[in-house]
Amino acid sequence: MRMHYLDARHLLCPLPVIRVQDRVKKLIVGDMLEVSCTDPGVMQDIPAWCRINGHRLVSAVGNDGEFTIRLEVGEE
Amino acid sequence: MQQKRKAVALISGGLDSMLAAKVVLDQGVHVEGINFFTGFCVEGHTHAIRKKDKAKPKRNNALWVAEQLGIKLHIIDIIEEYKDVVINPKHGYGANLNPCLDCKIFMVGKAREWIKQNGFDFVITGEVIGQRPMSQRKDTMPVVARESGADDLLLRPLCAKNLAPTLPEREGWIDRQDLHDFSGRGRKPQMALAQKFEIKDYAQPAGGCCFLTDKNYAKKLSDLWNTQGHKDYELDDIMLLKVGRHLRPRPNFKMIIAREEGEGKFLQGYKKTFVHMQTTSHNGPLVLIDGKPDQDDLALAARITARYSQGREAESVLVSVVSDGVEQNWSVMPLPPHEIPNDWHI
Repeated sequence: MRMHYLDARHLLCPLPVIRVQDRVKKLIVGDMLEVSCTDPGVMQDIPAWCRINGHRLVSAVGNDGEFTIRLEVGEE
Repeated sequence: MQQKRKAVALISGGLDSMLAAKVVLDQGVHVEGINFFTGFCVEGHTHAIRKKDKAKPKRNNALWVAEQLGIKLHIIDIIEEYKDVVINPKHGYGANLNPCLDCKIFMVGKAREWIKQNGFDFVITGEVIGQRPMSQRKDTMPVVARESGADDLLLRPLCAKNLAPTLPEREGWIDRQDLHDFSGRGRKPQMALAQKFEIKDYAQPAGGCCFLTDKNYAKKLSDLWNTQGHKDYELDDIMLLKVGRHLRPRPNFKMIIAREEGEGKFLQGYKKTFVHMQTTSHNGPLVLIDGKPDQDDLALAARITARYSQGREAESVLVSVVSDGVEQNWSVMPLPPHEIPNDWHI
């Protein structure tokens, strides 16, 4: 398992989702990705994206305009 | 065993594309969704920024639709390629700066490329004859099919019975009898079909999803093009046109004035790249200055900034002005409202 980090701060949805989607394409099953964001919409959108594309949402936490989402790459 | 056919559906997040995908899914076809991000999409950005949109669910409707349908969704960033559609639309603009017909041709064309690259068989859209004044007319729908290169690989399940049979219908991949014959601007057939599918929650359908159809937005984009002397834009340009009150007191600069806390937070991200100002003696909005202002222009901008602060009635207001990373603090008299003519507002 490898840990990866993506800075999606100051991007508004759906750009954080697009950045996650593009990064995940380059990872392998079991890799972890931590994403930092500032758009509260990611708390809905990235988990939804994970669900429909077969990835596991590990955590989604945030407060005061900073949100951190962790996901585990699954088999698409 | 018969091969399971695969289709990609253009998913906007609205009801029509959702229904179109559902109609084809129910015929046993493998469907995946595709959604294009142009930079002009209304949802998402405005939800994140504006207080007035706080009541709306902070969700991407295309993702939400895909989840409801149980299909994958591919969101494609087409910001760069889309510029040519906005700047040089072969078929012209609609009521504002909306190149709807060129846009539809472009998106169906991209979907056509996508199915070729990914081994899919055909493309689905939620188009309905007569639904939109530019891109969804009886005479323009064949133009979309032809100029996109999709031709008869483009299936419009909601109005297919009003059109010539496409390849998926002729080959028996799809049963034409189970397609629809919707037409016109009315929404009743879509509502009835949604009810039949037990779809109760969906985004407001038909229009309103693109800033280029918005009169005020189009005015700001025209101002941008007129000022820079040519039709072009970067993503940040078109994002900033969505935010704040825009005032152009003189031809060489304009002011972007946050109208509420959310916009102020958003504009904070641009402080490094713009001259900016904000009142310090009174609460007031963050203001970005776009253009090439001289000292006299900045003095005027500072007075306008004071005008939009809580010190608007005060005799003098302190304004912090940051240019090239250097901060100055000026004491200014707020500009009286009658000295801000309407034509400064873009």
